[in-house]
Amino acid sequence: MSTPVESDEPTRRDFIHIASGTAVVAGAGFLAWPLIDQMNPSADTLSLATIEFDVSSLEEGAQVVAKWRGKPVFIRYRTAAEIEEARSLDVNVLKDKQTDSERLVPGPDGKLKPQYLVAIGICTHLGCVPLFDPKDTKGGEYGGWFCPCHGSHYDNSGRIRKGPAPTNLEVPPYWYMSDTVIQIGKEASV
Amino acid sequence: MSGQSNYNPKTGIEKWLDARLPIIRLGVDTMIFPSPRNLNYWWTFGAILAVMLVSQLITGIILAMHYVPHPDMAFDSVQHINRNINWGWMLQPMHAVGASMMFLAVYIHMFRGIYYGSAKNPREMIWIVGMVIYLLMMATGFMGYVLPWGQMSIWGAIVITNLFSAIPPEAAGTAVTQWLWGGFAVDGPTLNRFFSLHYLLPFLIVGMVILHIWALHIPSNNNPTGISIKTKADTLNFHPYYTVKDAFAIVVFLMIFSYFLFFKPDSMGHPDNFIPANPYSTPAHIVPEWYYLPFYAILRAVPDKLMGVVAMFASIGVLFALPWLDTSKVRSMRYRPLAKQFFFLFVLVCLGLGWAGAKLPSDLVFVTGVDADGHEVGLTFVWMSRILTIYYFAFFLVILPILGLVEKPKPRPASIEASVLGTDKGDN
Repeated sequence: MSTPVESDEPTRRDFIHIASGTAVVAGAGFLAWPLIDQMNPSADTLSLATIEFDVSSLEEGAQVVAKWRGKPVFIRYRTAAEIEEARSLDVNVLKDKQTDSERLVPGPDGKLKPQYLVAIGICTHLGCVPLFDPKDTKGGEYGGWFCPCHGSHYDNSGRIRKGPAPTNLEVPPYWYMSDTVIQIGKEASV
Repeated sequence: MSGQSNYNPKTGIEKWLDARLPIIRLGVDTMIFPSPRNLNYWWTFGAILAVMLVSQLITGIILAMHYVPHPDMAFDSVQHINRNINWGWMLQPMHAVGASMMFLAVYIHMFRGIYYGSAKNPREMIWIVGMVIYLLMMATGFMGYVLPWGQMSIWGAIVITNLFSAIPPEAAGTAVTQWLWGGFAVDGPTLNRFFSLHYLLPFLIVGMVILHIWALHIPSNNNPTGISIKTKADTLNFHPYYTVKDAFAIVVFLMIFSYFLFFKPDSMGHPDNFIPANPYSTPAHIVPEWYYLPFYAILRAVPDKLMGVVAMFASIGVLFALPWLDTSKVRSMRYRPLAKQFFFLFVLVCLGLGWAGAKLPSDLVFVTGVDADGHEVGLTFVWMSRILTIYYFAFFLVILPILGLVEKPKPRPASIEASVLGTDKGDN
């Protein structure tokens, strides 16, 4: 056997080591991904992604909880006084600055329908369902919702006013298919 | 395991086996090894935990024969086990109460480790492996509580998985929670995978327990004096001396376990968990199992969501660093007059955090007066949690590091033997 010569030049053996090492790492990555991705939402879960709701069935001042993607969605028919209260608020007092109008979508005529507020009924703190009760203190100090788990208060626009929740109640993607029917899970096609 | 083997195979079969698979030698050398002769009853909780782990494994495997991990059937299948399965009335509570008993034992085991300096040099790895076991126990216990699919099960799962939504959405917070759930909310896929993982994790715990005991056999046990073994006169063989002592403690512990199992099987649970899970209706007051309450109080003590989650995980993470945070050269707090007082205060703080975790944040600890609207005012539990959380972290991050440098320890005995026989004059 010949004595190996000391050299900084990469040898054929170095090349084989690096190439085979890279192939093993890449192969392990390809193998690992299906094992991880299998836990993501399945095809049938994803396919149940939209629902339709007829808002004309609501009474003024009331709220209906629709079920969308396994989550509760609040659909609330707000009174004129409540709309006025939500609109007159100075957004600078808010933790998550949003005007009431920014939390609504326009109807087929291009105008907002401020009487209907749609929001996902999941507290943005740790996922509890906030309570609704406009006639009582159970709905919180701001006439909206109150989360019993850790004490977050939302106003009637679903904006966080007090408590540990970091953001406003999420507004799901939805659009007015007609004057009275909304579809949740999809934005209006522009 | 350090030092020579105590095993001398005598029969031909034993010699034949020992030359091929020395498994009897492993067993003998694990059980017959020198332990300090002064171990007190606080040292029996390791053996108690081993018994409880086996009990949980056996009852768990049996329950899995009858349990159905489906959102429409899980709740009923647990009722079915309790009402129809032969001995199910005993086996299901044995598993559920057993989890509480195991946490009770592990907390005593951990407090003992802190008090007697068992985490410190040269036992850091025993402590760290033990902390990994504790984390695995918490994950296992949490997922096990979800399986009966009652109101506390699902809402506990919702609140805990939502801890990961504290990660901002742009940093994959949403992707992580949906991956954990297998959907857009806690639902059937979540229940099914929790069942799978709840079955897996205890076997990882068994693996870590083997490492825990292996690491223990290198320096042998710590002891109430905290001083190291110097001569053979300081020791007794683990078997039969401590196997017998442990067995006695196990019997006493099992009597306490039996009291809860047969007379108060539901006392550690929550009545709301007898209501089937409803993802659209949050119970008025969500509480975790009692053994997580102190951490739940720390979570709620911080007004910011992300920082609350960070504080909660940090409260466990800081325990991993304990061997280095406790800077005192003296292991046992028996000889540390100041550390002893701070330690007992720390135990009270942990209990106080547990109390606060069980209450609504706005509930009052005590009333100091009445405000203008006639509502009672006073110290709220959220403020109590804040004060206690500060002490909890200060104990590890400020008190223990500084105390080791400034405290003047009391004289320690010359040896373990001297402390036992009372021949010690406290000359060092």
